[in-house]
Amino acid sequence: MLCEKTGALLKVIPMNLNGELEMDTYSQLLSDKTKLVFVNHISNALGTINPIEKIIEQAHAVGAAVLIDGAQAAPHIKPDVQALDVDFYVTSAHKICGPTGVGMLYGKETWLEKLPPYQGGGEMIATVSFEKTTYAGLPHKFEAGTPNICGGIAFGAAIDYMNSVGFDDIADYENELLAYGTEQLLKIDGLRIYGTSKNKTSVISFNLKGIHPYDVGTLLDKMGIAVRTGHHCAQPIMDFYNIPGTVRASFAFYNTKEEIDALVTGVKKAKMMLS
Amino acid sequence: MQSIQEIQADIIDEFSMFEDWEERYQYMIDLGKDLPLIDEQYKTESNIIKGCQSKVWVHAEMQDNKIAFTADSDAIITKGIIAILIRAFSNQHPKDIIEANTDFIDDIGLKEHLSPTRANGLVSMIKQLKLYAVAYQTQLN
Repeated sequence: MLCEKTGALLKVIPMNLNGELEMDTYSQLLSDKTKLVFVNHISNALGTINPIEKIIEQAHAVGAAVLIDGAQAAPHIKPDVQALDVDFYVTSAHKICGPTGVGMLYGKETWLEKLPPYQGGGEMIATVSFEKTTYAGLPHKFEAGTPNICGGIAFGAAIDYMNSVGFDDIADYENELLAYGTEQLLKIDGLRIYGTSKNKTSVISFNLKGIHPYDVGTLLDKMGIAVRTGHHCAQPIMDFYNIPGTVRASFAFYNTKEEIDALVTGVKKAKMMLS
Repeated sequence: MQSIQEIQADIIDEFSMFEDWEERYQYMIDLGKDLPLIDEQYKTESNIIKGCQSKVWVHAEMQDNKIAFTADSDAIITKGIIAILIRAFSNQHPKDIIEANTDFIDDIGLKEHLSPTRANGLVSMIKQLKLYAVAYQTQLN
């Protein structure tokens, strides 16, 4: 959309079969013409943790700003935006037990001062006359009208809760679930996992040979097992693997090994019914 | 030749024999496997039904003032669903297809057992079959 509006050129960082970004190509794509680098912290379709530290460093070296989409990372990793030196970092509240329809944009102060408001409304102006309107300071400049107050308070409570559980413990436990789930699922004949980077979070995207992901997902749903099926809004990745989509099981800190066993039993049953 | 209503009553009858979702879905999967495949030449972009998460192709042909539907899908349960719809609507007069009631979908418990996105796909499928009927009816007039 931005390209259509401004005539900017979009260049895509390719990935390898494991679902990891090809960093050599990334370096070659960067030039002094690069204005913005946009990468997700973690791939929602494959679970790969992208090397955003290196990505940010290299982008800054050519004078480009970096925006990281942390929606998938939020439940697994606590990003240190200052250490990362990232220009913008966004995430959604509902990914970390928070309410829907509210999220967060972190931006460096220098950038936020420079950017114009994207929307007009109450609370975002300082002085108004017919000749000139000056805008309120940060963050009010970007918060026109009546904000989602309840959403904001609930988001805060969700963050407090996640912090009280502790992100380090969450990561350790989820890695254990990931290792167990991967091992158990791979025992099923004809099951292929997409996204096999060593650096990944507790997401397992898979397909059964010759079986459409929707069929597996529908039957798992009937068994009371919640997975997501489809292209996960990442069609280029599905085109890359030449598949219509995947079945994706996501494990969070509240899941258990017993639930993974139920998933494995469910997938076996679905396979039996469908073949 | 059975009317659409009679066929729908048969389908409701068949589904009432199943005791649980598993039997019902196994039946749909088997129906999907039996569905006569569409001629490859009709699996075109323009024959894809929009609104389904899996790909569904439907082709319609008029023979002796009756519409014959053929279809295929890349997902087997979707194929089963379209097989049920085709059984109800194929080889019928366009006017009857246009006027047909589709409550049987609810009666066989298909709608309640489908996720919202799939239910949308189901609505799209019925709409597409009816649109073909409208198009052929216009030719007849």
